[in-house]
Amino acid sequence: MAYNDKVIDHYENPRNVGSFDKEEDGVGTGIVGAPACGDVMKLQIKINDEGIIEDAKFKTYGCGSAIASSSLVTEWVKGKTVEQALAIKNAEIAEALALPPVKIHCSVLAEDAIKAAVSDYQAKAGVTAEGYEVCKSAA
Amino acid sequence: MKLPVYLDYSATTPVDSRVAEKMIPFLTENFGNPASRSHSFGWVAEKAVEQAREEVAKLVNADPKEIVWTSGATESDNLAIKGAAHFYETKGRHLITLKTEHKAVLDTMRELESQGFEVTYLDPKPNGLLDLEAFKAALRPDTSLVSIMHVNNEIGVVQDIAAIGHICREKGVIFHVDAAQSTGKVEIDLEKMPVDLMSFSAHKTYGPKGIGALYVRRKPRIRLKAMMHGGGHERGLRSGTLATHQIVGMGEAFRIAREEMAEESKRIRVLRDKLLAGIENIEEVFVNGDLEQRVPHNLNASFNYVEGESLMMAIKDLAVSSGSACTSSSLEPSYVLRALGRSDELAHSSIRFSIGRYTTEADIDFAISLLKNAVQRLRDISPLWEMYKDGIDLDTVQWAAAAH
Repeated sequence: MAYNDKVIDHYENPRNVGSFDKEEDGVGTGIVGAPACGDVMKLQIKINDEGIIEDAKFKTYGCGSAIASSSLVTEWVKGKTVEQALAIKNAEIAEALALPPVKIHCSVLAEDAIKAAVSDYQAKAGVTAEGYEVCKSAA
Repeated sequence: MKLPVYLDYSATTPVDSRVAEKMIPFLTENFGNPASRSHSFGWVAEKAVEQAREEVAKLVNADPKEIVWTSGATESDNLAIKGAAHFYETKGRHLITLKTEHKAVLDTMRELESQGFEVTYLDPKPNGLLDLEAFKAALRPDTSLVSIMHVNNEIGVVQDIAAIGHICREKGVIFHVDAAQSTGKVEIDLEKMPVDLMSFSAHKTYGPKGIGALYVRRKPRIRLKAMMHGGGHERGLRSGTLATHQIVGMGEAFRIAREEMAEESKRIRVLRDKLLAGIENIEEVFVNGDLEQRVPHNLNASFNYVEGESLMMAIKDLAVSSGSACTSSSLEPSYVLRALGRSDELAHSSIRFSIGRYTTEADIDFAISLLKNAVQRLRDISPLWEMYKDGIDLDTVQWAAAAH
């Protein structure tokens, strides 16, 4: 299977690999996929008081396209607001990486990972007692 | 070091230069049709064909009259299974085989099913070997043919062909063996083994692609319904002008195999065991298939918590297979490993290493170091490895699979 250069680049030099402490305030963790499907993505975002995603980390079990999709996403969400991050569409990811049709589902999973991470963050923020109102708009 | 390093000998082998040398004159100089009985062009070609036939017979201790030339082991499998099933139809229409057989056997069996035959596909034991008790229990009065391969192409395990053959003999059932992966690797003695039909391939034993043979026992005589008609070549079993250069190649390849197999296997075993030791060092690695009842050339291992395709990409300087060559283009996990009871994930993350005549120790050292680095790198970015290290039992996790 011949891979596109962009995918290979992310695969050889993945950006933002790692983990945050998921209990930490401001951290949202999304885990999507399943081992039996051959794809599991863990995306974590760190959101500051202004509601901007200031950092992101990922870990992925999956093929080159899956790794590339999640790596790309960590780059894209940094510096964005939560709403902007939620607006990222899998088609944009697929286009940026020139994913072939058989690998489109990797980009879908990456989009879902963003939503899952945001959702986790919002659930935690909603429950926080002293909660600064970060959850301004329901996406 | 030439990259990629070739460790896929079970997929195919390079033609030995001695074989190539022997073949070439039959392309441009001795180009006669072996069936041309009336002139020397034909006689020369016929002589070469018969010498090659003897070499094939010698490797397996058979009579040259029992060797039929085909286009390869796939055709031999087809001819043997369809040919015997149809010829002995009145005896019964039940066939038995093993789930881990090559597709050339399985797909042929499926085709016969669509023609009204009944097929039992037995499960192997987790080590890949046939359960003889389960096999005996599966035999019926209307069983006409059994097909079990000698050496498995994916995991390299060696079936006890002699024992299976004796059981078949007792019950009067015809026994076919696909030996495509065994020639030159393990001893085959058809005088001692009660096998009725055996398929051979040239390109797995340093011969050219596109030529093979089928052994058809004469004592007791096995009959087949031919598939290729037109001219009556090969005692009516397989019509078509014989490809002299191909046959000469196969004969020479099998001669070399007979003469060099013992030494070569020793050397290869040492290399394979070195590779095994290097891999066993890595945590959470599982060898697929019995290690004892196995050819010395094969190693098949699964690397847990690392996805197979990404692993293949990480070791692209090694020419290996994940699963078998015929399934490496599809995204499905290996059906052979699934039949052994391996989970989808382990079946997906398996690599088959097969060593051969030209593999060096440097190749093995390179492979080990490349693997270690690749597996570590991928585990460093794997959430499953992280969870495993944190002591989480992955079987208990509720996965939120995306709705695709």
